[in-house]
Amino acid sequence: MKIGVIVFPGSNCDDDCRHIFKDVLGQSVEMIWHKETSLAGLDVIVLPGGFSYGDYLRTGAIAKFSPVMGLVKEFAKVGGMVLGVCNGFQILLEAGMLPGAMLRNKSLHFICKDLPVKVENAATAFTSACQPGQVLTLPIAHADGNYYADPVTLAAMQANAQIVLRYCTPEGKVMPEANPNGSLGNIAGIINAAGNVLGMMPHPERCAETVLGNDDGKLIFRSMLESLRQSKKPLQMAPV
Amino acid sequence: MKAKIYVTLKQGILDPQGKAIEHALGSLGFNNVGHVRVGKYMEVEVNETDKTKADVTVKAMCEKLLANTIVEEYRYELQ
Repeated sequence: MKIGVIVFPGSNCDDDCRHIFKDVLGQSVEMIWHKETSLAGLDVIVLPGGFSYGDYLRTGAIAKFSPVMGLVKEFAKVGGMVLGVCNGFQILLEAGMLPGAMLRNKSLHFICKDLPVKVENAATAFTSACQPGQVLTLPIAHADGNYYADPVTLAAMQANAQIVLRYCTPEGKVMPEANPNGSLGNIAGIINAAGNVLGMMPHPERCAETVLGNDDGKLIFRSMLESLRQSKKPLQMAPV
Repeated sequence: MKAKIYVTLKQGILDPQGKAIEHALGSLGFNNVGHVRVGKYMEVEVNETDKTKADVTVKAMCEKLLANTIVEEYRYELQ
């Protein structure tokens, strides 16, 4: 599989993503500068965490206009698999590739800690290696992870099982006490209706090898690679 | 022409910064303080003398970039 990791000015988790896909999972990885004009030959696009464009104005607000984002949208439109982690999730929201928006954490603090996260939907291309309802331990590191969507959008997402990850107690209970940032319904990760674009605030790339003491994040990457292996249909990118 | 643009969170959207300031003012003894909302203020120079044209331009920049209309609202003055 060929994985493309987009690098925006201010991305800082791009190399971690490269390391996991290449060194841990043995895949071919291409780092893609945000001014790139082709995504040909790639099976997966990763929008990594960081502070693209210094988070000026709003997180992800300027990155969404990066030249490469038009290609990422096209890539997703034809069924390409896109994973956005943390700032990558924020960019996907700003770009309109996922519904809703991010607000400042309710506590106003930048929160950096390991948290239990429940797999609400294990039938996605990003979570198929997890058990339904499995509780993963994943680190978050953000100041703007307070997810919001209007009630109509939220109801539609719930009906389509688009809420994939929720913050929970270590026992797997989704309750306000387990909510680190004020996120609506404890939402930590969502998928688009077509099922090929996932955004998540926790960082799976920071916990995907045993040497780090936790490899729960590997389940996300293993799911993605397995789903790709099973999908026979090659992507047809429109010529640019 | 200069646009003075104000972007604030929509009513009903939790504004944690506004809440923090509200509490701080209260603890300083300003007991007559109601809700506080925090927003952004931007001055944008628009190379345009026609107010109608400038209005179209500024509205477009607010919709496209300056505000996220899912959670924010904007208003502006042209001078």
